[in-house]
Amino acid sequence: MESQDKSRQGLPDSFGCCSLRALRQGGMFSVLRLAALLNILALLLICAFILYNGLPVISWEFLTAAPRNSMTAGGIWPCIVGTVWLALGALAIAFPLGVASAVYLNEYARRSRFSRYVRLGVNNLAGVPSIIFGLFGMSFFVITCNLGISLLAGILTLAVLTLPVIISTSEEALRQVPVGLREASYALGATRSQTIARVALPAAFPGMLTGAILGLARAAGETAVIMFTAVVFFSPQQADSLLSPVMALPYHMYVLATSGTDIDKTMPLQYGTALVLMALVLGMNLGAIILRDRLQRRR
Amino acid sequence: MSTANKERLIQIILAVVAFSSLLFLGLITLFLFMEGLPVFRHVGIGAFFTGTDWYPSADPPEFQILPLIVGSLAVTLVASLIAVPLGVLTAAWMTEVAPPLLRRILKPVIELLAALPSVVVGFFGMIVVAPILQNVFDADIGLNLFNAGVMLAFMSVPTICSISEDALYGVPQSLREASLALGATRWETTAGVVIPAAFSGIGTACMLGMSRSIGETMVVLMVAGGAGIIPEWIFDPVRPMPAAIAAEIAEASFRGAHYHALFAIGMVLFLFTLAFNCVAQAISMKKN
Repeated sequence: MESQDKSRQGLPDSFGCCSLRALRQGGMFSVLRLAALLNILALLLICAFILYNGLPVISWEFLTAAPRNSMTAGGIWPCIVGTVWLALGALAIAFPLGVASAVYLNEYARRSRFSRYVRLGVNNLAGVPSIIFGLFGMSFFVITCNLGISLLAGILTLAVLTLPVIISTSEEALRQVPVGLREASYALGATRSQTIARVALPAAFPGMLTGAILGLARAAGETAVIMFTAVVFFSPQQADSLLSPVMALPYHMYVLATSGTDIDKTMPLQYGTALVLMALVLGMNLGAIILRDRLQRRR
Repeated sequence: MSTANKERLIQIILAVVAFSSLLFLGLITLFLFMEGLPVFRHVGIGAFFTGTDWYPSADPPEFQILPLIVGSLAVTLVASLIAVPLGVLTAAWMTEVAPPLLRRILKPVIELLAALPSVVVGFFGMIVVAPILQNVFDADIGLNLFNAGVMLAFMSVPTICSISEDALYGVPQSLREASLALGATRWETTAGVVIPAAFSGIGTACMLGMSRSIGETMVVLMVAGGAGIIPEWIFDPVRPMPAAIAAEIAEASFRGAHYHALFAIGMVLFLFTLAFNCVAQAISMKKN
């Protein structure tokens, strides 16, 4: 990258004061700059809008109380709990599966026909729309496995959704571990599995953690997947088992905004819920970005 | 157990786990078709795909999904018309023009944009964009094709931008230098040399961005307006396929005709995204 920047500095940006070509370059570069700026503006606009309208709503009560008066008052505590359980549960299943898959793909069968098919499967799984995961979760976990609309059905469906994210980031993390480290371990007489468990995995762990956080954030913000597998708009008591339905932030947000009992009255609640959800998801993503940045600088 | 046997066992267990992704993809396809195909007992294949009457709760119900397919393609088209130029130009700015510091600021911004929960984007479209469309552009309904297209564009720009950026970044420096040495300006180099050289990567990026647009659910459910008609102009409300599934599955009776019809829509949607992804993979493989 450095050499690229240097080579640019030495080059003329203009060809005389009134050159048409220089003018055209200036004009086009402004268009590019505008395009880039538009992205920043879009993010800032959405964040500022939600923050400005949501912040006055946030209070201790809003965060820790249950909804009252047919959802027009009170807080969102059950939704926060539900979302945390759903996301953590999904990660608890997808992370071990994803890491094990990545270990196999990167350490055992990097170029075999089998791993080529698995990679193709992972890529295509990553491209499946979330609503399809929702349909699948409903017909497979909810109905065929007889789990009902429940926390567990939601967790399992979300786990399938986050699996590709975990696999590809874990594989990337393992690929970054220098071959020399593994060779040193083999030279000391360690077996392949010992080398993976004691050398490769610990070295790749921070990178895998980044993937885990991204998967967690994805699961927490997802709506279409849990809509008909795990959530209800209102449940009188806190979910007490894996087999009971839960409330969740994204779904709460959706119902309040589109078909709540009294859309105008719940407006502040909508902004507050949007803010909490956005802070949760963007916070986790920002954490993952910072972690990755640190790792890259250490290297 | 001997060490060699133990090693073999571990390898086999890991291979079985790695197989799980393929298994899930297979199960998803299986269940989708198993629950979707029976709809053709209620409606002919031709009528299902080419008829324009989607009245699932009328008596007798009509399951003809052309308006939903057109709705999906229309929002995807509008989104792509905005997102492709925006994403590619942003990527070009990042690799060809921006000083390193600004590039390091923009990268996480793009990633955070990708991470915004779709329900929050949909909410923004309902509360902010819809009134603007009604008041400024004089649209009859704020929740319409154009609104959904704009919101989807912002959700697919990050995909298009980051993959295009990788492609542009991978163009060999010597190509740029050769072009500059021949007297081309930096813009002429960017437009005439760098972007054409990265064309296959940019093509992949656009296909994946479109795949994301057509499959996105919450945004079209909240801001597309929900009318199951073939749109005649850009401010008409539409009912894209994911929106129909999400809105109706709760009221469809289990394994009834409507239920099967919704799974069949899921099937069609799945095939659309699969096609987009396959084209994307074919483009990127051709290059490698």
